[in-house]
Amino acid sequence: MKLKKRKPISVLFEILKYASLICATLCALIPVCVCILTAFKTNEEYASTSVLDLPQSFFNFENFVIAFQKANMLRGFFNTGMVLVVVLTASVFMGSMLAYVLNRFKFPGRGIVQNLFMFAALLPGIAMQVTIYQIMYSLGLVNRLVGYMIVLMGTDIISIYIFLQFFENLPVSLDESAIMDGCTYFGVFFKILFPLLKPAIITSLLLKGVSVYNEYYASNLYLQSQELKTISTALYTFTGPYGNQYNYICAGVIITIIPILILFLIFQRQVYGGMAAGAVKG
Amino acid sequence: MGKSAGTAVGQKTFAEKFKSRKVQQMLVIVTFLFAPLLLLIVFTYLPFMKMVQFSFYNMKYIGPKKFVGLANYVDVFNRPEIFRALLVSVYYMGGAVVQLGLALFFATMMVFKVKGESVFKAAMFFPYLICGIAVGFIFKFFYARGFVLDSLLQMFGMSLEDIPYWLQDQSINNFALAATSVWRYTGQNMIMFLGAMMSVDNDLYEAAALDGANNWHRFIYIILPSIKSIVVLNLILSISGSLSAFEPPYVITNGTMGTGTYFVIMNRLAHENQKVGLACAMAIVLLVIIIICTVAQKLFFAYVFDNGTDDESKAAVRKRKREERRKNAQKGAAV
Repeated sequence: MKLKKRKPISVLFEILKYASLICATLCALIPVCVCILTAFKTNEEYASTSVLDLPQSFFNFENFVIAFQKANMLRGFFNTGMVLVVVLTASVFMGSMLAYVLNRFKFPGRGIVQNLFMFAALLPGIAMQVTIYQIMYSLGLVNRLVGYMIVLMGTDIISIYIFLQFFENLPVSLDESAIMDGCTYFGVFFKILFPLLKPAIITSLLLKGVSVYNEYYASNLYLQSQELKTISTALYTFTGPYGNQYNYICAGVIITIIPILILFLIFQRQVYGGMAAGAVKG
Repeated sequence: MGKSAGTAVGQKTFAEKFKSRKVQQMLVIVTFLFAPLLLLIVFTYLPFMKMVQFSFYNMKYIGPKKFVGLANYVDVFNRPEIFRALLVSVYYMGGAVVQLGLALFFATMMVFKVKGESVFKAAMFFPYLICGIAVGFIFKFFYARGFVLDSLLQMFGMSLEDIPYWLQDQSINNFALAATSVWRYTGQNMIMFLGAMMSVDNDLYEAAALDGANNWHRFIYIILPSIKSIVVLNLILSISGSLSAFEPPYVITNGTMGTGTYFVIMNRLAHENQKVGLACAMAIVLLVIIIICTVAQKLFFAYVFDNGTDDESKAAVRKRKREERRKNAQKGAAV
């Protein structure tokens, strides 16, 4: 009944809309889906069938086991996990404290501090590593997980932005009434404001978390010994002796993607929110 | 006992001081700023200053330095491989334009009611979250001779002889690599645009709908004005973004066969050839380009968008309403 009322042009529009969306979705998914198919293929299957053919069995986890062992991914997950815990905790506290001070107090040098952070965001990250490496070396922080953690904390601009924006929407009257009640500034921050920051904390944890999990360049540069590999450098080892065994490589790729996929499916809304917040900021 | 009494007295004066808001403020500011500023100085500004300094030297990581003045900068523009890298980034800029166009298109589609919206959104956004190294492997596999893309094309009836070598053929491999960037970032751009579109006051859509505005009107008069600033911003960002493309070309071709992006070349010069001075000069040139882009963006927003975008789109709706009414009146007259 409803369809009858529609003008032909709007029907055409509907068709165009869904066709284009389905097409885009296929384009986005096919490269990954083919990897999934390949990851389940045995060596013989991989050599004899077309890459688009379905594997004989979706319960053939052999490649995953091999990829996991060859690339030492357990170690990678462990190291990345430790880095995530430390870096995320530090960046949430540092980001929110900095934003609190910059947003709530007027003090000499405030403008300078703010501009220093803004300008730092412009500096090209990978390019800077040439000289950061020298500093890390002279501080004895190369090839130590702690050093890598510190480097990732130091380049943290994302969470500062997110927190600054959030503080702007928290009324100052909250602080003032707490001060009237005899709360110290530290108390105001930790007892009153910090709990209210929860949405901003989740957003910054997700964005920062994804960027830390995916970080390759600094990890490759500062963590060279085998037992310090993170998940992305572990994955990179596939360029070497297994360069053409794509059934192993695909299994490795899928293993690294799964944690992010799960997280994304749980926190979809917050992730999109973070993106949109970045958009408004821009 | 005496000791504890002493500290009690001390505490009292300390507490008094602590109570005074000025001192307390100072204390908060200093403690909260200390760690972030220290990190910022040691790991951003100190290396930055060193970078500026090194760019005037001919040096390796270890060993003697030799002051060479501007020779490194001259080299940046004269070395064929670096010049080539600048050309390669043009492909990525082209990719960025395509990507923004696609993102804009799909975001617009999403503004209208779409069944299964969350599935489409998630599928298109997800590539953004995959780590660069994994993206590299996915597309190395995708483009490899006789593999995914070739099989797909063969499925549609093309024969293998007609299909180019996606990664070896120099006339096409940079298009292929730039396409991985499009694949990776289109969804993220779309979500950003969608966020900006959704922030438009809903009344505006309702008012327009009441006036019988069709989808095309909605796009031109409401949606486009609401996001033009972010589109321009992304266009400008894509310039520095395309110079910074790194992981996919690094994994897929390692910069061979004329696919070395600026960062790939810089990485090679800095860490394999140990031409630290030259790499620093490259970084400074990149920084200057980024700063120019940022200033351009600021100027653009100051002079082009000095009217609030909301007001403008409202004005546009009002104007369109008038036209609509006039048309209706004519129709009435005709009947």
